[in-house]
Amino acid sequence: MHEVFLCRVAAHPILRKDLNFHVFLEYNQDLSVRGKNKKEKLEDFFKNMVKSADGVIVSGIKDVDDFFEHERTFLVEYHNRVKDASGKSDKMTRSHKSVADDCNRIGSSLYTLGTQDSTDMCKFFLKVSELFDKTRKIEARVSADEDLKLSDLLKYYLRESQAAKDLLYRRSRSLVDYENANKALDKARAKNKDVLQAETTQQVCCQKFEKISESAKQELVDFKTRRVAAFRKNLVELAELELKHAKVIKTHFDNLLNMLNG
Amino acid sequence: MAAEREPPPLGDARQPELEELEDGEDLFTSTVSTLESSPSSPEPASLPAEDISTNSNGPKPAEIILDDDREDLFAEATEEVSLDSPEREPILSPDPTPAITPVTPTTLVTPRMESKSITAPVIFDRSSEEIEEEANGDVFDIEINVSDPEKVGDGMNAYMAYRVTTKTSLSMFHKNEFSVKRRFSDFLGLHSKLATKYLHVGYIVPPAPEKSIVGMTKVKVGKEDSSSTEFVEKRRAALERYLQRTVKHPTLLQDPDLRQFLESSELPRAVNTQALSGAGILRMVNKAADAVNKMTIKMNESDAWFEEKQQQFENLDQQLRKLHASVEALVCHRKELSANTAAFAKSAAMLGNSEDHTALSRALSQLAEVEEKIDQLHQEQAFADFYVFSELLGDYIRLIAAVKGVLDHRMKCWQKWQDAQVTLQKKREAEAKLQLANKPDKLQQAKDEIKEWETKVQQGERDFEQISKTIRKEVGRFEKERVKDFKAVIIKYLESLVQTQQQLIKYWEAFLPEAKAIS
Repeated sequence: MHEVFLCRVAAHPILRKDLNFHVFLEYNQDLSVRGKNKKEKLEDFFKNMVKSADGVIVSGIKDVDDFFEHERTFLVEYHNRVKDASGKSDKMTRSHKSVADDCNRIGSSLYTLGTQDSTDMCKFFLKVSELFDKTRKIEARVSADEDLKLSDLLKYYLRESQAAKDLLYRRSRSLVDYENANKALDKARAKNKDVLQAETTQQVCCQKFEKISESAKQELVDFKTRRVAAFRKNLVELAELELKHAKVIKTHFDNLLNMLNG
Repeated sequence: MAAEREPPPLGDARQPELEELEDGEDLFTSTVSTLESSPSSPEPASLPAEDISTNSNGPKPAEIILDDDREDLFAEATEEVSLDSPEREPILSPDPTPAITPVTPTTLVTPRMESKSITAPVIFDRSSEEIEEEANGDVFDIEINVSDPEKVGDGMNAYMAYRVTTKTSLSMFHKNEFSVKRRFSDFLGLHSKLATKYLHVGYIVPPAPEKSIVGMTKVKVGKEDSSSTEFVEKRRAALERYLQRTVKHPTLLQDPDLRQFLESSELPRAVNTQALSGAGILRMVNKAADAVNKMTIKMNESDAWFEEKQQQFENLDQQLRKLHASVEALVCHRKELSANTAAFAKSAAMLGNSEDHTALSRALSQLAEVEEKIDQLHQEQAFADFYVFSELLGDYIRLIAAVKGVLDHRMKCWQKWQDAQVTLQKKREAEAKLQLANKPDKLQQAKDEIKEWETKVQQGERDFEQISKTIRKEVGRFEKERVKDFKAVIIKYLESLVQTQQQLIKYWEAFLPEAKAIS
């Protein structure tokens, strides 16, 4: 996932020019990044609170641009569903792993049974325990792969959609500012006081809004293409890996059955 | 008739072999064959000849009186036995008689008549091979199915009735195919009857499935949910396995109680299997007493074979319990996995719905379908895990408990013998003292007592030998059965695992092109 993150930053037309990014990639000694201390963490916490409250207010405002409106509804829904899917996929990979662990324990019990048994069951048991050992490793690998391809993907897109939502929020915020500035300008014009100041603020807001809208549009389109590509890659890889593992496990079982029956 | 006359000379010639076989042979069937010839004046010499096999021809089959009075036959048999070898006594003590309800003796005797009259010489020629075959369980021609659980009655008096269907070509049964309805307490009753008759002589009687108050109450109350259907299914499978294992035992197969259980349409309610009955409480008290006794008896084991076997069974018991626990955990986790996969499938489907991009949306819904199918697969695998593997382990753990019980009986037998010896010694000492004191009347009494105890000691020794021999044979048979059972079950289980993997491969192969099709 780190690789994905870095690639994305590098691919972005603007972010790739960031000095911090260059330093990160080139500096070959320890970067000694200072972790956030308590005060900063508390600041973050409060900022989050304010932001979410604000977000609720801002989200009530209807957008002029259809594209963004559509995107907003889509993103909200998508985000929720991705969160759901990510959680369930996590649970699924965890149960898969516990099944693999159980197979491991069964394998070792069979092994002890095999070593202790005096009848011709012992060879039988030993072979079966070997099989369980092998398949256990593969099952564990299956669950790890599932985890990697599916759960990570979903988690990543969970955060991505959250980031996209944040972007939209910022844009809405600036839209609200713009509209407020417009209203202030109108009021100033009506009162004929501080017109210039109101005008400049309005200009600034307008510019900000336009810029953010433009980049947001670009970003969102990129988001979509990226999402499609990432899902495709991961789903294909997931299917291929599952297939490969299933085939390997099956050949193990087949071999053992032939050995036991023959 | 001439053909039927042949057997005796043949029998006499092979007497020595037959003697050997007789010892290991099931004493109960030999008594049944004595039943056949009891009305016709038996010569003790010919009796061993009859002990050969269950299909043996009596030397004078024509003279068999088909007595309809079961009590009479049985009484004569006990008479017969007292003339004969004393080792028959433990089996035919009158105690079991009341427990056995009257069965028309025709069912016992007629089939033999038929078989004898039809193919007399052939049967006798085959008789010794048949013994061996029956001992090996190879000629095993009986198939039992337990099916159709039906709820009978209402409320707390309701019970589940199961249909027991038997298909057999064995001659001792009335017909070739028949079925009866039985309830769970009937099975328990059968087991307790067999246990009282055979356990203390050293036969390993397969244990019946356990009672479960919670499960049955749910069924009685009428909750139609999946857990109660699962419970009924589990019980049905366990009852089937129990019956199949019981009939595999060549000795138990001959038992009239078992036959009555399989054949007769009406069976008297086995009331004393209820947990809260007088008999139930008596059982619990006995169990506690036994446990205390076991701790106090320190047996001087002269036979290394038994010591080794005891150790072996202890180890096996431990290992099986561990394995059983792991397999149960596996079943539980697999069920969890299946539930989680189902949840994920639904959520992936919803994600696919909300997705803009059509190809991706389709791919996601495909993924959801695949996962749903996989979830079904996991559920089936969990069932297989359970019914095939885990229940077998549970059965064997209970069987080993029965084996340990049999070994304990042997110890008790030894204890009895030793006690008798000690008492004999005391009596002898008492006698010696009396001789010195010179009291003639008391001396006579002492001498009588000594004789009595001498016979008891001899009896005890013989019992002990008998039980040891029987146990050896039983354990040998048990081991063979175990190997066969385990091999068969594990192979079946592995096959189910292979099936699962096969299906997985199919599903993912179907999904792959869809995933690749996302543009």
